[in-house]
Amino acid sequence: MISVDHLTKRYGRHIAVDDVSFHCRPGTVTGFLGPNGAGKSTTLRMICGLTPPTAGAATVGGQPYRQLPNPGQEVGVLLDASAQHAGRTGREALTVAADTMGVERDEVTAKLDLVGLDATAARRRVRAYSLGMRQRLGLAHALLGDPRVLILDEPANGLDPEGIFWMRGLLRDFADRGGTVLLSSHLLREVEAVADRLVVIGGGRVVAQGDKDDLLSGAGTRVQARNQQALRRALDSAGLDVVSDTDGGLLVHAEAEAVGQAAADAGVALTELRPADTGGLEQLFLSLTAGGPTTTAEPTTSGEPTAAGEPTREDAR
Amino acid sequence: MTTATAAPPTVTPRRAVGRPSLLRLTAVELRKLVDTRAGLWLLITIGAVAAVIVVLQLVYADEAAQTFPNFFTPSLLPVGVLLPVLGILSITGEWSQRTALTTFALVPRRERVVAAKLAAVVLAALASVLASLAVAAVGTLIAGATGGAGSWRVEGTLILHAALFQVANALMGAGFGLLLLNTPLAIVAYLLLPTLWSVLGELVRPLRGPASWLDTGRTMEPLFTADLTGEQWARLGVSLLVWLAVPVAAGLLRTLRREVA
Repeated sequence: MISVDHLTKRYGRHIAVDDVSFHCRPGTVTGFLGPNGAGKSTTLRMICGLTPPTAGAATVGGQPYRQLPNPGQEVGVLLDASAQHAGRTGREALTVAADTMGVERDEVTAKLDLVGLDATAARRRVRAYSLGMRQRLGLAHALLGDPRVLILDEPANGLDPEGIFWMRGLLRDFADRGGTVLLSSHLLREVEAVADRLVVIGGGRVVAQGDKDDLLSGAGTRVQARNQQALRRALDSAGLDVVSDTDGGLLVHAEAEAVGQAAADAGVALTELRPADTGGLEQLFLSLTAGGPTTTAEPTTSGEPTAAGEPTREDAR
Repeated sequence: MTTATAAPPTVTPRRAVGRPSLLRLTAVELRKLVDTRAGLWLLITIGAVAAVIVVLQLVYADEAAQTFPNFFTPSLLPVGVLLPVLGILSITGEWSQRTALTTFALVPRRERVVAAKLAAVVLAALASVLASLAVAAVGTLIAGATGGAGSWRVEGTLILHAALFQVANALMGAGFGLLLLNTPLAIVAYLLLPTLWSVLGELVRPLRGPASWLDTGRTMEPLFTADLTGEQWARLGVSLLVWLAVPVAAGLLRTLRREVA
């Protein structure tokens, strides 16, 4: 339902989004993860036709967003909860949207109820709303046209724990009834509980994507050696997928046996070899995005996170 | 949209999905002119200004001069200063309040939004003429009852010219808004540039010729009368091309291309 193909956005010499591709199927929730400044919002804005891409294309329901005749009834979009006129009441903001897409006014009340904004809150001006209330209003706005696709940028921001729990239920239910959800977050935990698939972005590039369960188990094996560099070389030359984790060890996408064999072949003595803990996805997320939020001007010398892994270990001590 | 996406339990049964008509979008934009305090008060102020002018005339004007056209025309100028502000706000408000994000997500064909906004602003300008006519009528009635001339005689063309004057004012404002996309900048530029041009036209001798063709303060003045000569129309046309058509066209291009964040 959402198809993103080689999207790229360049601002002068800065590359905000670099060749990003992924797909979201009906019935699934896709978590779009990355640290702040990784290019999530820019990607979502490009999908919604608000930012012209430098290269690449995106479609929603098979059509470029800008060619959808009445997008509000196809795609519910919440890109920034604060992007509402501060002087309008909550109800008025929804009424304007309902009139624009030709949705019955009754829907405004129904959606306000759905997101838990009561009559008193609906009569207040958006200026007086907390961030959590704005998120709820934004979600009501996105759901107003009864779309089949939801695109939400950091929807949990400002919600209290109860609100986050409620929103997860709402999105899960939406997907279970055949809807397509794409939501971004910079917090793995927030997305882990609801997403079926994950797309992880760092420095404008997709650094990992796949089913959440695969990525979780994909955390694989944690291994350490006294001579970490030799171990790294051994694992690399064995063709194994290696990343540094936050505690100075290495995370390998392979069974312990393959890892141990590769180390033994290279004559490297291991100090640790065990399956990565369940927090592996988090470590994966942190290490995958360790390149930092900005694409530095110089291409990273080796392209490997080893350099970043060493100082992390120093810091940990 | 093909209905062939066969995910068994669909989220909702699909309604007919139609592109919002320009009529509907214009109605929405009219609603947006009045649904905030700023917009509402601007419209109330416009009405109040017209009323105050009539009251002042009832009190201070010669009784013989208390005629319908004399009540009507003086209200045009102050209202004509406020209408462009309405035009500017309707455009720039989307960017200063960041509602452009939701507006253009719902209507990605931005030129349709702009067309609807221009239509709404034109309708507001026409409504302001009706308001001016209404208060002038009330003034004439009172004048007739209190010993003023109370004459109703008015040339139809004067009303048409007044309508053109207000529509042009409102659209010039919208053009500046589209071009600059920033409320204070657009208001200052709109108020300052033509005035600056008038002053320059007076001061700098070689500019006097062009100024009589380009200074809207001068070219629009004949619209307060019922009759315009061919040359007056030509001057008006040229000045509106420069101050109205060019900003609207360039502003439309800028709005279509601008990244919405």
